Amino acid sequence: MKRKYWVILAMLFIVPGLMLTASCAKKVTAKPEAAVSKTDDSAKKAAPVAPMDDAAKSAALAAREKFMKQDVNFAFDSAVLDATAQAILKDKAGWMKSNMDAATTIEGHCDERGTVAYNVALGERRAEAAKAFLVNLGVPAAKMTTISFGKEKPLDTAKTEAAYAKNRRAHFVLK
Amino acid sequence: MVDSGNAGCRKTLVANRSPLVWGIIMVGLLWTGMAFGAGNYDYIDINNPLLKKVPIAIPFFKSASGNGSEAETAQTGAILLSDTLSFTGYFKILDRGSFLVEAQKSDVAAPVFKGWTTVGAELLVTGALSLNNSQLEMELRLFDTYNEKQLIGRKYTGNVKDLRVMIRRFCNEIMGLLTGSTGLFESRIVYISSGSAGKEVYICDFDGYNPTQITHNQSINLSPAMSHDGKWVAYTSYAKGKPDLFIQNISDNRVSVVDKKGMGISPAWVPGKFELAASLSFSGDPEIYLLTGTGKVINRLTDSPGIDVSPTFSPDGNKMAFVSRRGGTPQIYVQNMNSGQAERITFQGNNNTQPEWSPKGDKIVYTALEKGGGFNICLIGVDGKGQMQLTYAQGDNESPSWSPDGSMIAFSSTREGTSRIYVMTAYGADQRKLMSMPGQQSEPKWSPGVTN
Repeated sequence: MKRKYWVILAMLFIVPGLMLTASCAKKVTAKPEAAVSKTDDSAKKAAPVAPMDDAAKSAALAAREKFMKQDVNFAFDSAVLDATAQAILKDKAGWMKSNMDAATTIEGHCDERGTVAYNVALGERRAEAAKAFLVNLGVPAAKMTTISFGKEKPLDTAKTEAAYAKNRRAHFVLK
Repeated sequence: MVDSGNAGCRKTLVANRSPLVWGIIMVGLLWTGMAFGAGNYDYIDINNPLLKKVPIAIPFFKSASGNGSEAETAQTGAILLSDTLSFTGYFKILDRGSFLVEAQKSDVAAPVFKGWTTVGAELLVTGALSLNNSQLEMELRLFDTYNEKQLIGRKYTGNVKDLRVMIRRFCNEIMGLLTGSTGLFESRIVYISSGSAGKEVYICDFDGYNPTQITHNQSINLSPAMSHDGKWVAYTSYAKGKPDLFIQNISDNRVSVVDKKGMGISPAWVPGKFELAASLSFSGDPEIYLLTGTGKVINRLTDSPGIDVSPTFSPDGNKMAFVSRRGGTPQIYVQNMNSGQAERITFQGNNNTQPEWSPKGDKIVYTALEKGGGFNICLIGVDGKGQMQLTYAQGDNESPSWSPDGSMIAFSSTREGTSRIYVMTAYGADQRKLMSMPGQQSEPKWSPGVTN
């Protein structure tokens, strides 16, 4: 009888151990990406001018602008990320992973319909949904904080469907 | 607020106003020798949706000298009284121009009832006063004209600046006799008003007078709720950079902050206890928690994935209504506080929020999103039966809140474009604007005044 318990106990340690090594394996496969960007950098370094030439500079600036300007939108009363939203978030994940010292605040917003408190809650769900998606794509959770502004900070105060659609957003602010 | 009273509408904001110090008002009973039975008067049944307004005559009060500021006060007093009663929407104030009796010549203690029933009055209020320097002595009486008997008689003595207080106390007695509930005219409304720097919390009297600013953090402040003793306000504020729950003492302004990650929203006080419920998301998902009056979490009340928000308690504290998205869309549920079992009560429409439990215990008022867009105030029994719509096709009507006696409902409406606070009777009649300030007013919550 005691032997059985011993075996079970051993399994309890071995199985999680195996799982840990498996995830370590995942980390190993992530490294090639970093290696790729390193070769990019060295290619740039090989160029005759300063480390970042003007074209690369403006490209980097444009990417940063895009990160901040491009919002993720949502359907009414929803925190679900549709295909467009996911594509935008993939872009953002890419940017964050290439700019590892960047930290961002993800703001969740709602359109003006709907009651104040409920919208603060919904805005938080939207920000959290965007964050979770990015974490799944490998962006460290510690680099992102979320905040909801409910319906308090609309982009467009017109009372049209188009304006409402714009206001239902997750917005990224660099700290 | 009666529109004709606009001239007297004080819109000045009094910042950091210290609590009103009530002058000493002596109140005496005026006994006529005629006995009247208590509780026999069923003039106003606020549970009757087809309620007919009670015609009441309130002639100008009689002044001892008939001139000067005393005569003015006699007129002001009568107007104040009519405005106060007219506010409830339950009375039809008869036009003084039709009266047959002249105030100065009448016997305020023994009126000629036929002269009043002839002009259609079922109730009559007479008043007589004398003013010496600022010392006011005022007698007020309520009569049943058809049964020819006095119902209430009071004598008030005090400073003339407390005229409004005396009038309100008398009106309180009238409401108590006729509806069984008192306190309406001492009650206060906490609300949000927007300015250039954000949204701040304000408190005003039940009739929209004396707006007082409560928060001064120049941030966004939302969803205020005043405790039942009128001494504390809980609200959500972005003053610390994110939506946190603040609990502020109204007299000395000391604040407790519920310092947890995530948001703290939709506070609601527990009847009879220094406790409140609110929705907090520090666990990763918005759930409703019970907190002490100083903001310490006692325990968790809801446990379901998705949004749980906007609690409101039954008057006995045994049940809580709230909004949950656990069924897929925001709907109203009622939870038994002892068993923890929750039952959905709204099944019409796919967006029902902001429930408020009536102080009378039988109904819940809430906000429903119509199919064509637009929000309206609706009523439903606490058992989910008897759903009724109270506002129609006039902008967005949201944030309903019951008066402490359950006879009226305050709400916000954009029917004029800008968001303003409105009031109506418990059955949706007599919808009118309460007051107007610069900016937009929203999220009214009605509470008993400070008991003194």
